[in-house]
Amino acid sequence: MKTGNNMRHIRVVAVAAGISMIAFAASAADTTGITDTTIKIGNIMPYSGPASAYSQIGKADAAYFKMVNDNGGVCGRQIEFISYDDGYSPPKTVEQARKLVESDQVALIFNSLGTATNSAIQKYMNAKQVPQLFVATGASKFGHPEEFPWTMGWQPDYVSEGKIYARYLLENMPDAKIGILYQNDDYGQDYVNGLKEGLGDKASSMIVAEQPYETSDPTVDSQVINLKASGANVFFNVATPKFAAQAIKKAAEIGWDATQLLNSVSNSVGSVLKPAGFDNSKGIISALYLKDPQDPQWKDDPGVKKWEAFMDKYYPDGDKTSSFTFYGYSVSQTLHKVLEGACDDLTREGIMKSAANLKNVPLDMTPEGILVDTGPDDYYPLQNMQLIKFDGERWVPFGKVLSGAAESN
Amino acid sequence: MSLSEREATSLEAREAGTAVRATSASALAQVGVLAVLVVLPFVLSGFQVFQLNMMLIYAIAILGLNLLTGINGQFSLGHGAFYAAGAYVAAIIMDHFGLGYAWTIPAAGLVCFVIGFLFGLPALRLEGIYLALATFALAVATPQFLKLSLLEEWTNGVQGIVILKPDAPFGLPLTPDQWLYFFTLAIGLLLYWMARNIVASRSGRALMAIRDNPIAARSMGINIALYKALAFGVSALFTGIAGALGAIVVQFVAPDSFGFVLSVALLVGLVVGGVGWLPGALVGGAFVVFVPNIAEEFSKGLSGAMYGVILILLIYLMPTGAGGLIRTIADRMKRH
Repeated sequence: MKTGNNMRHIRVVAVAAGISMIAFAASAADTTGITDTTIKIGNIMPYSGPASAYSQIGKADAAYFKMVNDNGGVCGRQIEFISYDDGYSPPKTVEQARKLVESDQVALIFNSLGTATNSAIQKYMNAKQVPQLFVATGASKFGHPEEFPWTMGWQPDYVSEGKIYARYLLENMPDAKIGILYQNDDYGQDYVNGLKEGLGDKASSMIVAEQPYETSDPTVDSQVINLKASGANVFFNVATPKFAAQAIKKAAEIGWDATQLLNSVSNSVGSVLKPAGFDNSKGIISALYLKDPQDPQWKDDPGVKKWEAFMDKYYPDGDKTSSFTFYGYSVSQTLHKVLEGACDDLTREGIMKSAANLKNVPLDMTPEGILVDTGPDDYYPLQNMQLIKFDGERWVPFGKVLSGAAESN
Repeated sequence: MSLSEREATSLEAREAGTAVRATSASALAQVGVLAVLVVLPFVLSGFQVFQLNMMLIYAIAILGLNLLTGINGQFSLGHGAFYAAGAYVAAIIMDHFGLGYAWTIPAAGLVCFVIGFLFGLPALRLEGIYLALATFALAVATPQFLKLSLLEEWTNGVQGIVILKPDAPFGLPLTPDQWLYFFTLAIGLLLYWMARNIVASRSGRALMAIRDNPIAARSMGINIALYKALAFGVSALFTGIAGALGAIVVQFVAPDSFGFVLSVALLVGLVVGGVGWLPGALVGGAFVVFVPNIAEEFSKGLSGAMYGVILILLIYLMPTGAGGLIRTIADRMKRH
């Protein structure tokens, strides 16, 4: 009797222990970095080294979450934002990511910057099942949920943008003869692939010349001359700022009268169009997905005003003319919305689910019609862009917002 | 006469005694360091084992640089290039040919020995600061070379190559981190033993003679050209093996991993550890891995400046590196 009692007692304890262990295992695996009062978010930025200009994004991110905390946090929790320096070096990124995940025990890593650096930790993050959200790069490889369900990009990827130009050409210049100048790496090839995909069957007949250049080339003059000689009447310029400016200038010098499409990486007025010459740049077409606060047309825009108030209060030494500051604000706002959507299920899975369930969400800094949209099979949050034309002084939006998404839109 | 003879013998005996005590002390220190290195991975967490592993890897690379600069007196600002070559050899062997990671070590060593030896031949005409500039060019060219479209089939261009992390073999109860750590430690010990034997051998004395007085060395019949080129080859072999280990541990190689900054970091590690003192490589490796993290703790925006301040302080406190500091302390203790 007594032993039986004991046995029963032991059995009850064992079952209880077993259940609590299961419960513990489930919750411990999922809610790492999340307590009743805080959410820990990790970030990796090049604060030192050759790419340190980008670190303004990390500082804007940190400032945004300070603002969120001052306004009561998210889901009743304060955000603890931990940002480390990797100097843009992939081995260091691996070290810092492991430190964030294993030592600081963050819930997720957010907006880490760079293509090679994010590639270095992508496998690790997915093996550990830790969200790698909104990586700061336009490479198209960070949107493959079937292979990497824990990794998501944010900005319109280069392939999507290439498709947008293809759509514009098919609609407005179906008989165009396209000459492409592109940087010979994954960035340039992404754009070219996007354009070809967008053109579909007509790609081979419409594209008459492709001229790659290496970053080590001193100029792209000969490539531009070859493109003109090919008889192209559309010039697709997929070059980084220095080379893009050279190409625009050269095209004007040799009197090549083509419709110019300029990739958004290089559509800065100050660092590309000005050195290329405003007269030479007149009529160039490009695309954008965030409002440029420098543009007078947004002077009274409520979203831009909110951003300016944020900059004045939380990031006063930030450069308001730099796209990095409104980029950081916008990407952080997206995460803010993701966390708000995950309040009922604040786990790593819940956050990832919420990130893959953003339905037509507008941001303060996106122009009308450009919305954040994701799904379980769509890990590209921003794919719409507004076409813009340079009028000799500034960019002027024209036409409707175009989508670079696969086909449905 | 007999008295002075006896005195001399006793003096000799005493000197021999101190020598024995000194060697036994240094042997004791070495065993102690080794014991700490063996125990640490069982105490630390996974990512700290990873950091420690990186420290050992940089120590091996610095050991290679020390053979060239410390022992043979040739400057190199371009050892990041040999490190990159080793890393890429390992990555390509594993990615393209599907061979096991262990095979990549001798392959990387061999390839880098050949590259280093060949680079050493034209470098013969250059001395001191001019050699430093030539190797600097090598370091600057490496990332661009790795991006060349010609080699893209092998190097995967800017995208880099992702490698799988090996598990511990024979069912050993070790995590992959711990296993790779001991793998690195074993190779590191082997290379350290080799380096010590090289330095203590005839060839080692020839290398040092070239460093100290090349004209005298030549008049003693040393083939300066051969030895200098060999020193470059052996040094590159060590650093290349470190690169291969680095690729396996980080599981990723890309041109951006091997910028000029890496070469400078190795040189800084060498100077901090002590030029010409082989165990100093370990101190140098620790500096390369941990000091940037310490600098970052102080200030994110000024981490580079903080790094500089720490470096200046260290050089001020120990102008001849950790090796010099330890020697000074040992001397003081002997005198008292």
